Amino acid sequence: MATFSTNEFKAGMKIMLDTDPCSIIENEFVKPGKGQAFNRVKIRNLKTGRVIERTFKSGETVEAADVVDIETQYLYTDGEFWHFMEPDSFEQYQADNNAVADSIKWLKEQDVCTMTLWNGAPLSVMPPNFVELKVTETDPGLKGDTSGGGGKPATLETGAVVRVPLFIQIDEMIKVDTRSGEYVSRVKE
Amino acid sequence: MAADSDWRPVCDIEQLQARAMLLAEIRRFFAQRGVMEVETPLLSQAIGTDPSLAFFKTDYLFGKHPRSLYLQTSPEFAMKRLLAAGSGSVYQMCKAFRNGESGRLHNPEFTLLEWYRTGFTLQDLMTEVCQLLQSLAGGQTAFQHIERVSYQAIFQRFTGLDPLVMELDQYQQFALANRLPDAVTVCGEDHSVWLDYVFSFIVQPQLGDNGITLVYDYPVIHSSLARISVQNPLVTERFEVFVQGVELANGYYELADEAEQNARFEKEQAIREHNGQPVGPKDQLLLAALASGLPDCCGVALGIDRLLMILNNSDSLEEVIAFPIGHA
Repeated sequence: MATFSTNEFKAGMKIMLDTDPCSIIENEFVKPGKGQAFNRVKIRNLKTGRVIERTFKSGETVEAADVVDIETQYLYTDGEFWHFMEPDSFEQYQADNNAVADSIKWLKEQDVCTMTLWNGAPLSVMPPNFVELKVTETDPGLKGDTSGGGGKPATLETGAVVRVPLFIQIDEMIKVDTRSGEYVSRVKE
Repeated sequence: MAADSDWRPVCDIEQLQARAMLLAEIRRFFAQRGVMEVETPLLSQAIGTDPSLAFFKTDYLFGKHPRSLYLQTSPEFAMKRLLAAGSGSVYQMCKAFRNGESGRLHNPEFTLLEWYRTGFTLQDLMTEVCQLLQSLAGGQTAFQHIERVSYQAIFQRFTGLDPLVMELDQYQQFALANRLPDAVTVCGEDHSVWLDYVFSFIVQPQLGDNGITLVYDYPVIHSSLARISVQNPLVTERFEVFVQGVELANGYYELADEAEQNARFEKEQAIREHNGQPVGPKDQLLLAALASGLPDCCGVALGIDRLLMILNNSDSLEEVIAFPIGHA
């Protein structure tokens, strides 16, 4: 079983904590001149997304989490699971509701996204920062209004709902920032 | 892989100028007081035994008889040999080496100002530390106010706990009430680790908020190379200096008793052995010097890099060191 010493801690490292895989966000080395040294770390629980603080005695070892990120293509959903494929190996993965969570609302079939695997099984799915999707439903646009002020809800082809400027029409392609869920621009054909 | 600009110093050139001026000011301060500057070996056949300090071991090529030499974690032992030989008050500015210490306030190789005053009491030395800091700070408000407070009083002020008497359930309750539940597992029943934890995370960040805070009378379990107080056997004649929550200096009324020093060496070597840490040879030359007689003296070590950092209002040593360990 792979382990890390606190001396190796750095941002991005994946460790096991209380049976959950976690990612180190920040590591601070704290040491009185004469006395016990500590590592105080800010950690994100990769299952829940929650950020917590933990203190270790320096020199302690913790179990490494077998967590890797791979590029996958979203294939389809059977209603219970969402199926993805690694394009190079053709290896397929089925992700459950917890793993795809909110991310799936930005993905349509064939789209490529990042999947995080824990012990070889899907832990989470991360859409690209920007996606381009077609508007399938929105109130009729107001001719001549290009200010973008106000805005209105629009449903996209994946089912996601975003706020768009009043001039956006059904069937138009728009660019969305998936981190904020906000409209960025119209996509010129 | 190294990027094209990796050869450049990490800190600004102005920081190097500030450092050069600081070193010159320190030399002037001690010259005016008749304290002699000395140099002692950074490489030595022996090494401190403190289990909280990890050392660097090197191989010295000496014909058919290779020897281990140790990069010194502080110049203390050699400077005490000078004192025992009749040097009088001495100071030194040199590199000190502590393995595995790296972070915002740590670099494994750092610059230390260490000085010893014969005939000084610990309170005298605390006064001199403040005079030095204030002269170097040139009126910076961060160094104007001075507070001297015992470890027990400051600990009680910020936690309500008595650091000299371990009441485990009170320590645990305090940790839980202050949203530090992991202290209970990290510290277990170890009084010394509890003190380090609570002091480091609760007390220290609040010290030296508006000036220099000197904390004295450390609990005897944190005595290291200091003498046990004659008035109160629960505390030791040691002080530390804090400015803006940063530990800047550590001073002792120096232990001069050879037998007591030897006993502490052996106790610490046993602890290292128990912890699975490497054990270096104890310094027989220091013991011999103590046997021949160390004059009554107090000594203090001050971190030059941290002082520069505070004088410059920086948050990290990287802002004042040209080539910190990641760029060395």
